[in-house]
Amino acid sequence: MLGLGVILAVTLAVANRKLHVYEDPRIDQVEAMLPGANCGACGTPGCRAFAEGCVAGSIAPGKCTVNDPANNESIASLLGVDAGAGEKRVARLACAGGRHVAWTRAQYEGIRSCQGAALISGGGKGCVWGCLGLGDCQTVCEFGAITMSDAGLPVVDEALCTACNACVVACPKDLFSIHPVSHRLWVACKSLAQGDEALAECEVACTGCGRCAADAPGDLVSIENGLAVVDYSKNRLASQKVIQRCPTGAIVWIDDQRGVVKGGQAKRITRKSPLPLGKGV
Amino acid sequence: MSANSAALKTFPHGVHPRECKESTEAKATRRLPFADEMRIPLSQHLGAPAKPIVREGQEVVRGEPIAEPGGFVSVPMHAPATGVVERIALAPDHRGGMSPSIFLRLYPSASQEILYGAPQDIDGLSPKELVSAVQATGVVGLGGAAFPTHVKLAVPEGKHVDTVIANGCECEPYLTTDHRVMLEQPGHIMDGLRIVMRAVGAERAIIGVEENKLDAVEKLRESVPAGLPVTVEPLRVKYPQGAEKMLAKALLGREIPSGGLPADAGVAVFNVATLAQVGDLLPKHQGLIERVVTLTGPGLARPGNYLIALGTPLRFALEQAGFDGHVSQVILGGPMMGATAASLDLPLTKGITGIVVMRPEDVLPPKKIYPCIKCGACLEACPMRLNPSRLGVLARKGMFQEMDERFHLRDCFECGCCSYVCPANIPLVQHFRIAKAQNRKRSVK
Repeated sequence: MLGLGVILAVTLAVANRKLHVYEDPRIDQVEAMLPGANCGACGTPGCRAFAEGCVAGSIAPGKCTVNDPANNESIASLLGVDAGAGEKRVARLACAGGRHVAWTRAQYEGIRSCQGAALISGGGKGCVWGCLGLGDCQTVCEFGAITMSDAGLPVVDEALCTACNACVVACPKDLFSIHPVSHRLWVACKSLAQGDEALAECEVACTGCGRCAADAPGDLVSIENGLAVVDYSKNRLASQKVIQRCPTGAIVWIDDQRGVVKGGQAKRITRKSPLPLGKGV
Repeated sequence: MSANSAALKTFPHGVHPRECKESTEAKATRRLPFADEMRIPLSQHLGAPAKPIVREGQEVVRGEPIAEPGGFVSVPMHAPATGVVERIALAPDHRGGMSPSIFLRLYPSASQEILYGAPQDIDGLSPKELVSAVQATGVVGLGGAAFPTHVKLAVPEGKHVDTVIANGCECEPYLTTDHRVMLEQPGHIMDGLRIVMRAVGAERAIIGVEENKLDAVEKLRESVPAGLPVTVEPLRVKYPQGAEKMLAKALLGREIPSGGLPADAGVAVFNVATLAQVGDLLPKHQGLIERVVTLTGPGLARPGNYLIALGTPLRFALEQAGFDGHVSQVILGGPMMGATAASLDLPLTKGITGIVVMRPEDVLPPKKIYPCIKCGACLEACPMRLNPSRLGVLARKGMFQEMDERFHLRDCFECGCCSYVCPANIPLVQHFRIAKAQNRKRSVK
């Protein structure tokens, strides 16, 4: 028995020497300075892979948009590289049709899940593109960045959002998308219905009237299939002037201080209570 | 149930829901009047949407093609009535989205005669030509799935289909369309069988009919023409016998492999109403423009089977059957697998077998959902021998990929037996639908 122990001990000692793999100790140091959320927003499978990339020089530390910028600076100084500019990205919702402005045509009963509701004739909301408000996005958000408002719309806390994409996948109506915070001009609607048809289902729908497109410089905003679409490759042209004449407030300006700003001519919505179950079936 | 029912064939597992067919099964099919306006969605079948071949403002005659197939797994559309194409635009569809549709305004004084089509000699066509001839009729599976029929006729190379199965089970509660078609159009069913047997190269055909329709069994037996190798087999009443995998198991003891086609088991399965349409339309070279639909449920004063033009608004159809506007739930299809409609402003499509209208007092309030007690009732019920209990637990944890990889989620065809028997009221099938939808989405991204 003792002999066997000695043999194994020697084998292990030799293997430890011969098969040793060198790993840069800085990888552990860098990883310790990352948030450890493994959210994947940087494009790597997790924080460890991101740290390896930083040490290898293939990724700039600033690409981690979730981390405190000060931490990214210290990673950069540890590695002796430039922190690089990684712009914070957040999830944005392309719908403003809460229960107080958008009609519900049929009552859904069943599992409290948007995906479940969407599979049964679309979920009963008048606007087939709109948010169902059952909070699948809130459930999948591991960072607590999404809360459901009283009107039944998800509100994203930009400070907590890591752009991890979970809500984008969870939403059965594909209303979420990930955008840099500098994308301030935002169309909060996905309805392809036009004019009165769109307004019949939701008071804040984009009617495709084209005023924003006419007011926008260059081809910043265009109307495609009855919906205003912002060309973010021309984002530097964006200004609050574009949203001023929008009659419904479907196109908004997301200000870092004042939050969501609607144009001057957008109709005022004072109703807080939900609309009744509309017109029956 | 008759004394010899124990001797009849069936499949293992399954459930016995209340049949509720009394109110419509004895009533002969009647034609519904034409609505003033109709809407023909370009995607009412599985596969690629059809492409419109008419312009806005164009006049069309009843039976004229108005859209061409968008690929091989696609079918053309035909004008359900004589009128003018008002516009081609987005409109709500039965899946709850918006899809391109052709809006048709009828000419009130038109005779609505089918002026389109020319007789063709079926016997002169090769199996390959038969496939494209069936595609030209626009016929899809009329049992509810709406899968293009001609695709089933094109048997993949290297496979041999020896038996055609005609599905006359109609195991869904409330529905009686197939029953009426078997009683009223047995000749068309035989014509259809002859065509599909030749197209797939089958040596024989079996018509499977549940024994609650013995009058149909007799009628079909009388109608089998001399020389056509067709047998009519009564089956024990059990749900979901009308699923093609269950029917192949019940009639022949053959199992269609997981992820495989019926052709892998040497069979091709067609609904009897589909066969009747193929048998009727193909020799006349016409298109599918109407179908028999069961309008039923306690919310209708005149339940029955009606021959309705495709594209007819559901509200119009239900009003004709004595619908008073007070409604709690409208189910498209049967109550086991059908989907609740969110609106009556939908057109009748090729896949709608029946419409069940419930009044508020007929619908139970939502039941309290208890945790799974692991009684195993769902395992006993599942005709695919899956483990719904375990799948349900995983679904609630959001482990959708695990459900697919280890517990064969994709073999579930959503028959609803597990939810039906669950004493804890767990909506298992809805969980599975959610899981499948999320898995589909993830595989795309």
